[in-house]
Amino acid sequence: MAVERLLKDEATEEKGDRARMASFIGAMAIADLVKTTLGPKGMDKILQSTGRGHNVTVTNDGATILKSLHIDNPAAKVLVDISKVQDDEVGDGTTSVVVLAGELLREAEKLTMAKIHPMTIIAGYRMAAECSRNALLQKAMDNKQDPEKFKSDLMKIAMTTLSSKILSQDKEYFAQLAVDAVMRLKGSTNLEAIQIIKKAGGSLKDSFLDEGFILDKKIGIGQPKRIENAKILVANTAMDTDKVKIYGARVRVDSMARVAQIEGAEKEKMKEKVQKIIGHGINCFVNRQLIYNYPEELFADAGILAIEHADFDGIERLALVTGGEIASTFDNPESVKLGHCKLIEEIMIGEDKLIHFSGVEMGQACTIVLRGASSHMLDEAERSLHDALCVLSQTVNDSRVLLGGGWPEMVMAKEVDELARRTPGKRSHAIEAFSRALQSIPTIIADNAGLDSAELISQLRAEHHKETTNSGIDVISGGVGDMEKLGISESFKVKQAVLLSATEAAEMILRVDEIITCAPRKREDRM
Amino acid sequence: MALAFDEYGRPFIILKEQEQKSRLRGLDAQKANISAGRAVARILRTSLGPKGMDKMLQSPDGDVVITNDGATILEQMDVDNQIAKLMVELSRSQDYEIGDGTTGVVVMAGALLEQAEKLLERGIHPIRVAEGYEVASRIAVDHLERIARKFDFSEANIEPLVQTCMTTLSSKIVNRCKRALAEIAVKAVLAVADLERKDVNLDLIKVEGKVGGKLEDTELIYGIVVDKDMSHPQMPKRIEDAKIAILTCPFEPPKPKTKHKVDIDTVEKFQTLREQEQKYFDDMVQQCKDVGATLVICQWGFDDEANHLLMHRNLPAVRWVGGVELELIAIATGGRIVPRFQELTPEKLGRAGLVREKSFGTTKDRMLYIEQCANSKAVTIFIRGGNKMMIEETKRSLHDALCVARNLIRNNSIVYGGGSAEISCSIAVEAAADRYPGVEQYAIRSFADALDSIPLALAENSGLQPIDTLAAVKSQQVKENNPYCGIDCNDVGTTDMQEQNVFETLIGKQQQILLATQVVKMILKIDDVIAPSEY
Repeated sequence: MAVERLLKDEATEEKGDRARMASFIGAMAIADLVKTTLGPKGMDKILQSTGRGHNVTVTNDGATILKSLHIDNPAAKVLVDISKVQDDEVGDGTTSVVVLAGELLREAEKLTMAKIHPMTIIAGYRMAAECSRNALLQKAMDNKQDPEKFKSDLMKIAMTTLSSKILSQDKEYFAQLAVDAVMRLKGSTNLEAIQIIKKAGGSLKDSFLDEGFILDKKIGIGQPKRIENAKILVANTAMDTDKVKIYGARVRVDSMARVAQIEGAEKEKMKEKVQKIIGHGINCFVNRQLIYNYPEELFADAGILAIEHADFDGIERLALVTGGEIASTFDNPESVKLGHCKLIEEIMIGEDKLIHFSGVEMGQACTIVLRGASSHMLDEAERSLHDALCVLSQTVNDSRVLLGGGWPEMVMAKEVDELARRTPGKRSHAIEAFSRALQSIPTIIADNAGLDSAELISQLRAEHHKETTNSGIDVISGGVGDMEKLGISESFKVKQAVLLSATEAAEMILRVDEIITCAPRKREDRM
Repeated sequence: MALAFDEYGRPFIILKEQEQKSRLRGLDAQKANISAGRAVARILRTSLGPKGMDKMLQSPDGDVVITNDGATILEQMDVDNQIAKLMVELSRSQDYEIGDGTTGVVVMAGALLEQAEKLLERGIHPIRVAEGYEVASRIAVDHLERIARKFDFSEANIEPLVQTCMTTLSSKIVNRCKRALAEIAVKAVLAVADLERKDVNLDLIKVEGKVGGKLEDTELIYGIVVDKDMSHPQMPKRIEDAKIAILTCPFEPPKPKTKHKVDIDTVEKFQTLREQEQKYFDDMVQQCKDVGATLVICQWGFDDEANHLLMHRNLPAVRWVGGVELELIAIATGGRIVPRFQELTPEKLGRAGLVREKSFGTTKDRMLYIEQCANSKAVTIFIRGGNKMMIEETKRSLHDALCVARNLIRNNSIVYGGGSAEISCSIAVEAAADRYPGVEQYAIRSFADALDSIPLALAENSGLQPIDTLAAVKSQQVKENNPYCGIDCNDVGTTDMQEQNVFETLIGKQQQILLATQVVKMILKIDDVIAPSEY
C-alpha cells in the first residue's frame, strides 16, 4: 500500500544525495555569480529593480548584489545571509566570504562523490580552519605602537580596499580622505559621525572632506546668511500649530468672533514659545520638525537663523558635533545646553546651497562631500567609501594587519597542506580540499585580471615554499610581486571573519541531508 | 460499506454525503496509519546521534531554518496527514516535558509501529498488541530505574552536569564549542535554580542572540540584556548603582477609557488646557525623580516633550520594553512593576550595580546590559554567531541543554547514553517476554526489537555496520553483565559509556518510552478513518 501524502500539496521534499546536490548547486551558483567581481580587476554588475521605475544600480559590492537578488534555493540564502552579516560586522570582504564558501562546497562535492561522509569532511574543515587561523595570527603584524607606521598601514588598507571599486582611479586621494575621517573618530567605531553627502556634478576628484558639519538645508528667507560665534539650539518640537495633546479635546465655538479669538490665542501661544526659544540667547535654531511661516517670520525678526526639517540623523549628529542637547521644552533656558560653533554660513556645492557649520567643539565628526558625474556613480562611490571606512574603523580597534593580493590565502594554504600531511585518516582529504579552496581565491583574482592563473599560482606556491616571503599577485604588472613593497595590505579582522564565517556556512550546508520546502503561502490576488 | 438497506431493499444513507468522503476501514486503516507514522519517523531517523545530519526547512514565507532538533523539524514541516500530526504532537510533548530527546521519541514510536505492522499481518488483534506494548513499556521503565545511577553534584562540583549537557550538545551543529556552551548552560541553570526545592524556573533564563562575531564569543551575563537603547541619544550610556523605576504607563497625557470630550470655547480655557498639559509632563518626571530613580524603564512610548524633560533632569530612560523583558528586569532588580505614576515609592524601585549600553559592529546595533542586580536570579545567555540560522540553531540547542540540566537538578538519576540504555532494556524485555502466557508475549518481544532500533539508527548514522555493531554490543552486555555498553559513535575505541562520559537523564529516557508507547497504542486503536475528500 502506497504511503499516503504526508505533507501538504505543493510542499516538496528532497532527500539524501539529491538534497545535498540541490544545496551544492544553489550555493555554487551564487558564488559563481559574484566571483567575477573579486579583485582589483573585478567587473561590476547592473541590477535592475522590479519595483516602479526599474531603478538601476551599478555595483561591485558583494553584499549589495546579493541583497537585491530574489533567491529560491535555501542553501543560496545561507550564503546571502553570511554576506550580509559580513557587511554589518566588518563592512568589507562580502564577496570573498561568499566565494570562499562556494569553493569549499565545490571541493566538498568532489569528496562526497568519492564517498566520503559529510561529517568527516566537516571534521577536516574544522581542523583546517583552526590551523589557518593560527597561521594568520602568527603572520599578522601589529604597528599600533608606531603611529607613523600605523597610519601608513591604514593608508595601504584603504587603498587596497578601494582598488577593487569604482574609486580606484583616485584611490590615493580617497584613501587619504577615508583615513583622515577615521582618524578623527579617535578609536570609536561609530560611523554615524561621518556624514556622506552626495551631490551630482563635477568629477570624483572634486570630492572633499570637510572638518565641520554640513547640513543639506536652506536658510529661511530674510534670515542672516552668515553667523559668527553661533549659539545653536537644537530642538525637536512642533513649530506648526502645536496641537493640544490631551485626548478628546476639541474646539467648539458658536460664533465667528470666537474662532478669531481662539486663533489669536493659538498665535499667542506660538509667539510665546518662540519668545522662550529666543530667550535662550541663541542666534541659530535648528528644528527636526517643520517650522511654519509665522514662527519663521518671528525668528527672522529676531535675527535668528532658523533651519527646519532636518532629518533625525542630522539632528543627532548636529547635537553631537556642536555639543548641545536636543531640546523639546523651553521653560528653563538657563539649564539647556546650547551648541556652539565658530561660523555658520551658506555654501554652494554645484548648484545647491548647503549650510556649513565650521569650528565646532567636538572634532570627531566630519562630512565627506562626494561629487560625481551621475547618481549611479555617486551611489557606488558611497558604497565603496563606506566599505573603506568600515574596514579602517575596525582596523583602528584591532590593529593587526596582513598583506594582500592573495598572500594570506597562500600562507594559510601552505600551513593547511602541512597539516594534511600530518593527519592520518580520511580527514586529510578534506583538509587538502580546504587548502585547494583557499588557493582558488588568488586564482580567481588572477583570472579576473585576465592573467594566466595556472602559471601564476604555481609560481606563487613555489615562492611561498621559502621561509619568509611577501609575494602575492601583482595584478597591475601581471606577475608575482612583493606585496610589502607594493603596499597592498588587508585588515586581519576582515580576513579572519571571512575565514570563519565561510567555514561555518559551508559546514552548515554540508550537514543537511534533507530539504523540506513548505507550500508557499497563498497570496491574495490583488489584481 | 456505509450504505445499508432497509427491509424493503431501499438504500438509506448513514453518513452524510458519503460519496464525498474517503474512508478507510479495518486493517487497511491501520496499515495506512502505520505507514504514515513510519514515514515521519524515517525523516527524523538520520538526525539521531552525534553524527546525525541536519534538515533544511523552507517555511511558507521563504525563510530558511536549518536544524537537527526533532521538535523543530516536525513543527516546521507543514504536515497534512492526521497520523503524522499525532507524531508531531508526540515530539512536542516530549519537548515541553523534558526538552530533549525529541528525535529519539519519534524514532522509537516509528519502530514500534513497524513492529506492530508485522504482528497485525500475522493476525494478532491490535488491542492485544497495544496491551503487550503497555506491559513491555512498564518492564522497560522499571529496568531503567534499576540501571540508573545517582550522581552527585554541588555548586562547587558542576563537572557531572557539564558532561551531561555536552552529550546533548554533541549532536548539534554547535558541537565545535560544546564544552563552553555546556558550561554556560549549567552555570545559568545553577544561577536560577532553587536547590532546596529542586526546582528551576527556566523563564528566568533569557536567551538572546545577535548576529556577528563568532560562536566562541557567546557569554553568560548575570543580569538582563535588552535589545533597546536609551530613548534620547544624549542620555548617559553608563549608570552605576542604578535605581530603576519600572513603569507600565506611558509618558503621555492620560487617555481615559470612557468616551469624553473636552470642549474649548473660550481663550481662557484654551490657555488653561495648555498649562495643564505641560504640568502633566512635569509632574510625571518629577514623581520619578522624587522617589530617587536614576533609570526609568517603560513599556510604552514617550512624548517628545517628556523625553526631553527626562533628559533634562538627567534621568535616563528606556522605552518600548516588552512585557516579558519588563518582568525579568523586575525579578532581577527586585523592583516592582508600577502601573501608575502616583504609586511610585522608593521601595518599589529596582536596583542594579551597573547599567550600560554596548554597540556592535558597523551598524547601529545597541544593547542595554543590566548587570550586578540585587537579585541575581535572572541571567541572560547572549549568543553570537556567523549568521541568523546559526544563532537560531544555537538557541534551540542551548534550550535542550538547559532543560537537561534542569531535569538533573530535579532528579539526579542518570542512565548512560549511546544506545546502551535501550540495548539493556531490550535484553530485559526480551527475557521477561517468555514468562507471559498468551498472545501478548509476541507483542512484548516485538517491543524489545523496537528498542533495538535506536542503537541501530545511531550506528547507521555514525557510518558503522549497524547490525554487526549492535550484535557485538548486545553480546558484550550479556557476557559482561554490564548495562553500560553502547554504540561508539565518535570512534573513541571503547564501547563503555561510563568511560566515554555519555549520560542522559533517567526521566528523559523513561518519558521517551512511555510517550512513544502511548501514541502507538492510540494509533493502533484506530480502525476507521473518515476524511472529507477535497472538492
